[in-house]
Amino acid sequence: MLSEAAVNEIKDIRKRYATARSCIMPCLYVVQKEYGYITEDGMREIAKILGVKPVLVFEVSTFYTMYNKKPVGRYHVQVCTNISCSIMDGEHIVDVISRKLGVKVKETTPDKKFTLSTVECLGSCGTAPMMQINDKYYENLNDTKVEEILNSLR
Amino acid sequence: MFEPVILKNINIPDSFKLSAYINSGGYQALKKALEMTPDALIQMVKDSGLRGRGGAGFSTGLKWSFIPKDATLQKYLCCNADEGEPGTFKDRAIIEYDPHQLVEGMIIASYAIGADTSYIYIRGEFAFGADRLEAAIKEAYQKNYLGKNILGTKFNHDMYVHRGAGAYICGEETALLESIEGRRALPRIKPPFPAHVGLFGKPTVINNVETLACIPHIINKGASWFASIGPAKSPGPKLFGISGSVNKPGLYELPMGTPLREIIYTHAGGMKPGKKLKAVVPGGVSAPMLTEKDLDTPMDFDSLAAKGTMLGSGAVVVIDDSMCIVKAALITHEFFHHESCGKCTPCREGLDWIVKVMRRIEHGQGKEGDIELLQKLCVDIFGRTFCPLGDGAVMALRGAFNNFREEFEYHIKNKRCMVNGNR
Repeated sequence: MLSEAAVNEIKDIRKRYATARSCIMPCLYVVQKEYGYITEDGMREIAKILGVKPVLVFEVSTFYTMYNKKPVGRYHVQVCTNISCSIMDGEHIVDVISRKLGVKVKETTPDKKFTLSTVECLGSCGTAPMMQINDKYYENLNDTKVEEILNSLR
Repeated sequence: MFEPVILKNINIPDSFKLSAYINSGGYQALKKALEMTPDALIQMVKDSGLRGRGGAGFSTGLKWSFIPKDATLQKYLCCNADEGEPGTFKDRAIIEYDPHQLVEGMIIASYAIGADTSYIYIRGEFAFGADRLEAAIKEAYQKNYLGKNILGTKFNHDMYVHRGAGAYICGEETALLESIEGRRALPRIKPPFPAHVGLFGKPTVINNVETLACIPHIINKGASWFASIGPAKSPGPKLFGISGSVNKPGLYELPMGTPLREIIYTHAGGMKPGKKLKAVVPGGVSAPMLTEKDLDTPMDFDSLAAKGTMLGSGAVVVIDDSMCIVKAALITHEFFHHESCGKCTPCREGLDWIVKVMRRIEHGQGKEGDIELLQKLCVDIFGRTFCPLGDGAVMALRGAFNNFREEFEYHIKNKRCMVNGNR
């Protein structure tokens, strides 16, 4: 069950839009924050509160990549490998993190602390190579910096 | 030396706060604008020559003028802050460090078109920027720049932030509308254009962040001031984001029409030590690449179109001689393939096929005839889709073939890379 705070947040969201359906995207973020990922039960709860059919919530959740359909580690490490980061050797940053954490891309460490992903351009090309951990950007990366960042999260 | 206009506040302490913005003359333009008629405002923006900074370069004033004048109709303004074209990082700077500049531009634009509600569609990854915008909007309400009877006038306006969730296609304006409406972001067919049938079926203007950030300056300094900067047909200050193999990558505000060479060598500090310039993507990865011989091209909409490429978002990606173009093209097309929304068959299936063929070329398993196959796929995609995503992918690939066909041929013939021989 969603917490009372989450339900209130959804009711606040409803005030911002002309239609209930428009609230689906922000509500999915509420569910993700609550459960750590998008659960089917969570989606059904959104549908119920908003008064829309559950399928309308399901179809939105599967279209957008930032809604995690399965659990991720406490820290979701996402490294950009698009063109500008690739020129600045973003792939090497992926290797460094992969070795340090002992996981491959798309894997989670056994202690459920870190998930490593590669992602498309995050709009931080002038400070490449870069990565995002949860909501935070880490830019102008090198081996030492990556080491320090990951150590600070352990 | 050119004095920055849009980025002028970016380095002052707490530049994102209302107090800092007001100290540098913020919200004076709103006061002036509210004393003008909406028609006079639209005319002023037309006269300034401002063209959309999101990539298409359409006249902003003309776009506003398409909105029906019927006062009984509800209208919307949407700000496109779904900055996602690889290489682009200009709007993020405005959002994070001068959000009030955007908010003020949006209130003025909304007054001009008669919109009582606006949404800022910001890409989901910009969580920090979304927080900055929410805070700025809250401050603007407290000062009655937003809300009911703004600054004692009859104009009411509400503004909201809508976060995306990781889909490049939402940068396409009709997909963006679908996304605010809470749907899968599949582009709509045009016509009808959003000016008539937009958000929730109502007349809607969609403008890019940088475009809207220009508005307060046009009001304050005049249309003729704006029109006097850069080329007559695409005037104004422009943000250029330089990334890749240069000494000083970053965001530079320069007059529209600044030559590419000056941007790379004077402002961005030239090539990194030991690296030679091989190719330049002038406006985000959809824009066909240029080479050394094109460096004197002025960076404006028309000059780049004349070279068969485009200004796009003004994102300059500098590729050095250690980068294999087959690999660069593969990275680019993996991106387009990943981001195709799946609505139109030519884009969905065509990009899947293109990526399969390019992967085998890159990995030394290319076959004779693969280049011709890719070229045929380009023909099958181009112009056959609802939105320009597929066209962008085709233009990028054609740009790579036009300048570096021999690298693709070498990969196929020798089963290895021409640039990094052992890979």
